[in-house]
Amino acid sequence: MTRVSIPSQLISYTGGETRVEAVGATVDEVLRDLDRLYPGLRFRVVDEQDRVRKHMRVFVGQDAARDLRRPLAPGDEVLIFGALSGG
Amino acid sequence: MPEPVQLLIGARKGAWIYRSDAARQRWDVQGPIFLGHIVSHLVLDPRDGRTLLMAASTGHLGPTIFRSTDDGKTWTEAAQPPAFGKAADPEQGRAVDRTFWLEPGHADEPGVWWAGTSPPGLFVSRDGGATWDGVAGFNDNPKYYDWCPPDTGTPDGALLNQVRIDPRDPSHMYVATSTGGVFESRDQAASWAPLNRNVEANFLPDPYPEYGQDAHYIALSPARPDRIYQQNHCGIYRLDKPSDEWLRIGKAMPPEIGDIGFTIIAHPREPDTAWVFPMDGTEVWPRTSPGGRPAVYRTRDGGRSWERQDVGFPAEQGWFTVKRQAFCADEGAPVSLYLGTTGGELWMSEDEGATWRQIAAHLPEIYSVVATPVP
Repeated sequence: MTRVSIPSQLISYTGGETRVEAVGATVDEVLRDLDRLYPGLRFRVVDEQDRVRKHMRVFVGQDAARDLRRPLAPGDEVLIFGALSGG
Repeated sequence: MPEPVQLLIGARKGAWIYRSDAARQRWDVQGPIFLGHIVSHLVLDPRDGRTLLMAASTGHLGPTIFRSTDDGKTWTEAAQPPAFGKAADPEQGRAVDRTFWLEPGHADEPGVWWAGTSPPGLFVSRDGGATWDGVAGFNDNPKYYDWCPPDTGTPDGALLNQVRIDPRDPSHMYVATSTGGVFESRDQAASWAPLNRNVEANFLPDPYPEYGQDAHYIALSPARPDRIYQQNHCGIYRLDKPSDEWLRIGKAMPPEIGDIGFTIIAHPREPDTAWVFPMDGTEVWPRTSPGGRPAVYRTRDGGRSWERQDVGFPAEQGWFTVKRQAFCADEGAPVSLYLGTTGGELWMSEDEGATWRQIAAHLPEIYSVVATPVP
């Protein structure tokens, strides 16, 4: 299981939880498992071309993960953030 | 005797529902609904009188559609919101930024809805808004990138901003775009043809091209669906089918006001009557009420003449405007008009525009106003 940090913008999907877990060997697989657990969440973060949306950020630990194919190692944590998006 | 009315408000920071008493003097307010969401359109299905669809996004999150069947108390997200097909090169692929327009399908097709998006895309749902599919006849049309060139369009992104359906024939449809103008289909969206003859595009080398116009808004006259009114980036027009040539009826507007605006509405019973809300399209395009004196203009002769209707609006220093889907009429007799402003004010007229009064102020910028009977 991979620990995932959920930003405030998405806690309506997770029942208010900011820390959840999902399975997957890559960031993409974790996001797809999150969408199975919390339907609709993935499309709010990733567009139909599998690009992380402009004002969202996905990190694996300290590293930005724009490429969703990035593999995950045991113990990795995925962090999703809402970035700056204007007023 | 007036009836209670319900106003569905989509705004830059959420949605609101205003419900009046029978005299339309007192209003119950429901909202904010989805505070912080950008709500481009909130529409009631006229076929069942109970299904609400909302086009929403946020500054961060991707776009989606919410659905309610209990007067907006609870909402369910679409299982498959509008989304373009996966491109061979994902870096070049289109992604829906937001759904801008929701159109209930023909009266004979319950459960069918159409949606227009930014960037321009046409989508259809056949299950009441739960799942949406791209319409290949437009989105994958060989002419798509001519009609909707990338990196053009409005400051907020290029739009497919209206879908209109001939009430006599569900296969006869129109769409309006900010990049290619108006298009017509006679085979329920399988194929499309430009419908822009004599509509100006003064920002292109050829000012009267086959396509390339910025059609801000189109409205079919309910009383005569062969009559289409258009508020364009370059003026006010009227088309009477079967002609395919638009007539610039905005030429009859006072020159100091001009004929620029975002929206136009047609009278539900009188095909010669329509209303516009002009804005300043001079020099750097302030897009405010001309001179800071807001007014509606009405024609009762199909655009041969226009009369100013400003009683009740600020007489000076009123600098708002009215966006595309933020102006509407009900079907009452007399017709009542409703508009929402960029300054977050909600106004109504119970006498076909002769006098205006403010219903609400201090809302966020209003994007859409839809009047329906109170359920």
